[in-house]
Amino acid sequence: MSSNASATVVRTGAGSRFVIYTLLILFCLYYLLPLYVMVVNSLKPLSEIQAGGMMALPDEWTLAPWASAWSTAQIGVEATGLRPFFVNSIVMVVPAVAISTVLGALNGYVLTKWRFRGDTIIFGLLLFGCFIPFQMVLIPMARMLGIVGLAGTVPGLIFVHLVYGIGFSTLYFRNYYQQFPTELVRAAMIDGAGFFTIFRRIMLPSSGPIAVVCVIWQFTNIWNDFLFGASFSDFDSQPMTVALNNLVQSSTGVKEYNVHFAGAIMAALPTLLVYIVAGRYFVRGLMAGSVKG
Amino acid sequence: MGFLDITNVTKSYGAVKVLHETDISVEEGEFLVLVGPSGCGKSTLLNMIAGLEDITSGEIAIKGRSMNGVRPADRNIAMVFQSYALYPNMNVGQNIVFGLEMHGVPKPERDKAMNEVAELLQIQHLLDRKPGQLSGGQRQRVAMGRALVRNPDVFLFDEPLSNLDAKLRVDMRTEIKKLHQRLKTTIVYVTHDQIEALTLSTRIAVMYGGHVQQLGTPKEVYDNPANMFVAGFMGSPSMNLFPARIAVENGRAVAVAQLADGSDVSLPFPEARGFERHDGREIVLGLRPEAITDRDGADRNSGAVHVVEAHVEITEPAGSDTFVGTQLGGKPVTGRFRADVEVHAGQSFPFAINMEKAVAFDPKTEERVS
Ligand SMILES: Nc1ncnc2c1ncn2[C@@H]1O[C@H](COP(=O)(O)OP(=O)(O)O)[C@@H](O)[C@H]1O
Ligand SMILES: [Mg+2]
Repeated sequence: MSSNASATVVRTGAGSRFVIYTLLILFCLYYLLPLYVMVVNSLKPLSEIQAGGMMALPDEWTLAPWASAWSTAQIGVEATGLRPFFVNSIVMVVPAVAISTVLGALNGYVLTKWRFRGDTIIFGLLLFGCFIPFQMVLIPMARMLGIVGLAGTVPGLIFVHLVYGIGFSTLYFRNYYQQFPTELVRAAMIDGAGFFTIFRRIMLPSSGPIAVVCVIWQFTNIWNDFLFGASFSDFDSQPMTVALNNLVQSSTGVKEYNVHFAGAIMAALPTLLVYIVAGRYFVRGLMAGSVKG
Repeated sequence: MGFLDITNVTKSYGAVKVLHETDISVEEGEFLVLVGPSGCGKSTLLNMIAGLEDITSGEIAIKGRSMNGVRPADRNIAMVFQSYALYPNMNVGQNIVFGLEMHGVPKPERDKAMNEVAELLQIQHLLDRKPGQLSGGQRQRVAMGRALVRNPDVFLFDEPLSNLDAKLRVDMRTEIKKLHQRLKTTIVYVTHDQIEALTLSTRIAVMYGGHVQQLGTPKEVYDNPANMFVAGFMGSPSMNLFPARIAVENGRAVAVAQLADGSDVSLPFPEARGFERHDGREIVLGLRPEAITDRDGADRNSGAVHVVEAHVEITEPAGSDTFVGTQLGGKPVTGRFRADVEVHAGQSFPFAINMEKAVAFDPKTEERVS
């Protein structure tokens, strides 16, 4: 990998390097500015924001907006803070990501290493499922959830995200496993390993990079989803995104911008964390599918 | 009935028949090599023996038990793959005993078997390494260890040496041969390399276009090729094949071929080959390079050495021998001369042709004429 990278690096002179770095720094600032505004204003009393000076550092540093957003702010009609909804999101996202990743891996394994009638059609349909616009499934899905009794519940949301996520996770794993040498599977078959043993002992241990890609992708999408959350949840099963919207929209009294900023950062933190922890594997995993060896 | 019986086996992918009716019976302890150019169906046949591919029709039996519908794991076979197919996440030791583990062999026995095999192949010091940390030759050994440890009825090898560099390939070839002589195991071995086939096998099946062209001992296949494909494929440099005509002169059959200068030369066949009855027939004559040599290099025991003055077109010194090119029947023909013979391109030189080794083919059917 490293030798690969150094072979593609083009040497640049000092002048052009100066230009490149200047541009990069400008872009960095441009992208970091909103984050700066959010962080700074979430640490000020409301009066400082109302007095203008969005860009200024706080005169008086305070964590009160964070405490309020977390546990006491008015969400819709009740003053619960974002905490219960953060919990909802976690309870929703963890199983949805885990199950869709495992099923995606299993699908990818079956589609690449086992032949059966109609395998290309099934893969085609799964692929098609990736690209159906969300809006199109809203009403049929609502009806389905009603029929099976999951409407307005967190398990209902898990189910929805699972159905939507499997297409993508299958695509990821299928492409990855296509590069995986079939001779290994055959060797394992001769050694006496069965369908699931081969999956568990031979395929999964070599799937790290693509699993990371899949988890990041699913986590980000499911955590950030608003449409399904708004459509299929009741008040007590709302995910974080919907609750944040309700916090901001709550029209009682003055708009507490500092609390809104704190809430928004809270909603963004988990995905940010996932990127920081696993981001380096993300690029590596994306590359692994396309470049061999 | 043999140890491994392939009876009337065919394989089709959809409408395409990649293996035609094939019958091979392998005795216990035999080293059968399937050899042929790429795409001729060798791996397909091997995979069907392994149970990795279904057979379209026919039957494969091991020790008299039909293998049709039997899972690969239950056939008591082991296979060595071209890519070695070592499990990348397991170390060498785990790789070797994975099959035993899958077959429910208890740990102490597994370890014992592993150590025996590691000692046999001299890979004890590698047991804790991952396959990624091994050289090609070491991986090859581990792959063989994984096959040996199972103590199977039949070993299957699919081009096991083709990923090694030339020197290592020769070394490993010798080692496989020694291993076979020592363990007396039954082996089916696939390769596209005819030298590997000749050196390793007790019997060779030469394949081409989904057909077994000839099945025989290395000597049979080399000396008595069944058709022009086998003649051209086996041996390096390959057998000279050139057009000639059979005539009967003084009651004796001769092959009449044209020299480079347009004149005809008569090459008398040895007696008792029965070519007399083909008087006047156009044939393709086959002569191995070693049957065309310098006068003093010719086989003294042969009663049918015939010396022909011919034009030397090219000489290719190859260390131990010099390959000398001329023309017969309008085709380039190569002879193998002793290295210290003074022979130069452009000169006319006596070629000693050993007609005892000559074979004749029908130009149309490409089959052997006898
Ligand atoms: N899964 C498949 N589908 C269709 N054709 C195949 C398949 N596998 C192999 N073939 C064809 O069968 C023929 C024999 O292949 P193979 O046994 O792999 O040849 P080789 O002698 O090189 O090992 C080839 O022409 C190949 O294209
Ligand atoms: Mg092959």
